[in-house]
Amino acid sequence: MERSNYQRAKSFRKLKKQLWLLFLLLPPALILITFIFLPMASALWYSVYDWNGLIRGEFVGLENFRKVLLDPERNWFFFNALKNNVLVFVSLMIIQNGTALVIALFLAREPKGARFYQVVFFIPVILSTVIIGFQWKMFLNPVFGLINKILNAIGLHDWALPWLGLPETALPTMILVNAWAWVGFPAIVFLAAIHRIPRDLIEAARLDGGSEWQIAKDIIWPLMAPAVTIIVVLTFIGSFNWFELPYIMAGLEGSPAYSTDMLGLLFYRTAFGSISAGGTEFGVGSALAAIIFIVIFVFSIIATKILVAREVELN
Amino acid sequence: MRAPNIIKIENLLIQIFLASAAIVMLYPIFMMVLSAFKTTPEIFISPFSMPKKFNIENFQVIWEKTNVPRYFLNSIIVTASSIALLLITGTMAAYAIARYKFRGALMVSLFFLSGLMLPLRLAIIPLFIQLKYLGLIDSLLGLIFIYTAMSLPATVFILTGFLRSLPKELEDSARMDGASELRIMLDIMVPLISPALVIAGIYSAVPIWNDFFFPLIFIQSAEWKTLAQGFTAFFGEYSINYGVLYAGLSLASLPMIFIFIAQSRRFIAGMTAGALK
Repeated sequence: MERSNYQRAKSFRKLKKQLWLLFLLLPPALILITFIFLPMASALWYSVYDWNGLIRGEFVGLENFRKVLLDPERNWFFFNALKNNVLVFVSLMIIQNGTALVIALFLAREPKGARFYQVVFFIPVILSTVIIGFQWKMFLNPVFGLINKILNAIGLHDWALPWLGLPETALPTMILVNAWAWVGFPAIVFLAAIHRIPRDLIEAARLDGGSEWQIAKDIIWPLMAPAVTIIVVLTFIGSFNWFELPYIMAGLEGSPAYSTDMLGLLFYRTAFGSISAGGTEFGVGSALAAIIFIVIFVFSIIATKILVAREVELN
Repeated sequence: MRAPNIIKIENLLIQIFLASAAIVMLYPIFMMVLSAFKTTPEIFISPFSMPKKFNIENFQVIWEKTNVPRYFLNSIIVTASSIALLLITGTMAAYAIARYKFRGALMVSLFFLSGLMLPLRLAIIPLFIQLKYLGLIDSLLGLIFIYTAMSLPATVFILTGFLRSLPKELEDSARMDGASELRIMLDIMVPLISPALVIAGIYSAVPIWNDFFFPLIFIQSAEWKTLAQGFTAFFGEYSINYGVLYAGLSLASLPMIFIFIAQSRRFIAGMTAGALK
């Protein structure tokens, strides 16, 4: 009698614990399933069907993928956008993250006002890309914009170009705007990584007469490798998700002459319709989304593998 | 050892570099705010000088004649509700994962973490159809759910780390005293992770406040537009009135900048939380 009461109490407690856990886990799980997992799974599912507006049609296998990649009438758009995304990634790695590294190395020496500089470099990071895009679009206006007024004022009249209007300069200009806006982020991440390196290590190298360049190259750079890995991957994901800045500064069609077209813009046009892409094409759009996803996924894994291999453990 | 005067020159060069970089960062923002107080002709004629007088007409136009205040309000509603829902559900999940042993615990934590890697933007088509089916198109509630879901994995990740670090004795002694699991969670454990809640909140709030993509697709009527999205309409309407445009840009960015400067340590810690684990 005693024992069964004890058992009953025990199983009651167990049930109570399970209900409590269920209460804690079910609401967040449901939100995640409904708004992330279900749509992500459906995106793949949708790509193998023909779509008529919002109505799903027949199963068409890989036809939508063929349209994106092989159809001579339209695959130019895909490869053009892909090329531009790659260009954005490579340029940001060099210009934005390179500058960030220099800033971080300088700030790590704790110059006067280091804290102030950190805050200043981080300000644009918290601002909306839309705000930044509009602001720079106004600065870059060929007639009224500040940039050309400054260039004219200092005598560089030949440089006062319609920066966003020429196919050769539009994308580089937007890349510079992006670098301006985001440089603070990698700088702070790099700086935090440098701060984690034991001070004695750097001091000892300095006492041994190592130059600042040698210290940066042989001690700081290898030891901050994990931060570099993260920044490379995040920059890649960011570059392949580029949408807001070109949308605001150059419009949905990647003007001029598709020189600023991006996979994100092409995806939006294909899915929801536009002048060049015509009406909505959910099937082809889903196929394009799947391809973009695979590109990001494969790169992230390969890059992480390669970059993690060169990380050194301190201990 | 290097000669002290070489170090001095080095430090001077570093200061020159950092100071010029700071000017490049601050000058555009400074010009934007300055121009907000000028009339449009004044911006064109004397773009670099101080405004003749600090007139607030541009701001009056925005307050009285545009939808910007409404967009502002919508952005506040969406961001505040998303963060509230996010921190509640995120704490629930993280608490279960971090503080209890149960079968399938690893699976559950992997389930939440796997969401970290999924770029939800690419699922916009099914999401659109799904929201239409749920009647959440053109509604702030739809945005709130999407943002909550999008930010949940990172929030659970951050909070689980902090909750795991709390000592077990805390809850054990309360349990001895007969406190319920809910009381232990709310009265003892959650207050101890409030710094983590701030970090997780900022980490999600900044991208949610700034988001443009999801409203662009899901919100159609002017009544429900958020600030980032509503700005495109505002810009089209006032495309030649530079004074008003600059005032709008200043209005949209200055509150964020002030909050950031006042809380810069927390912001920087929060926004880099994902990259520095």
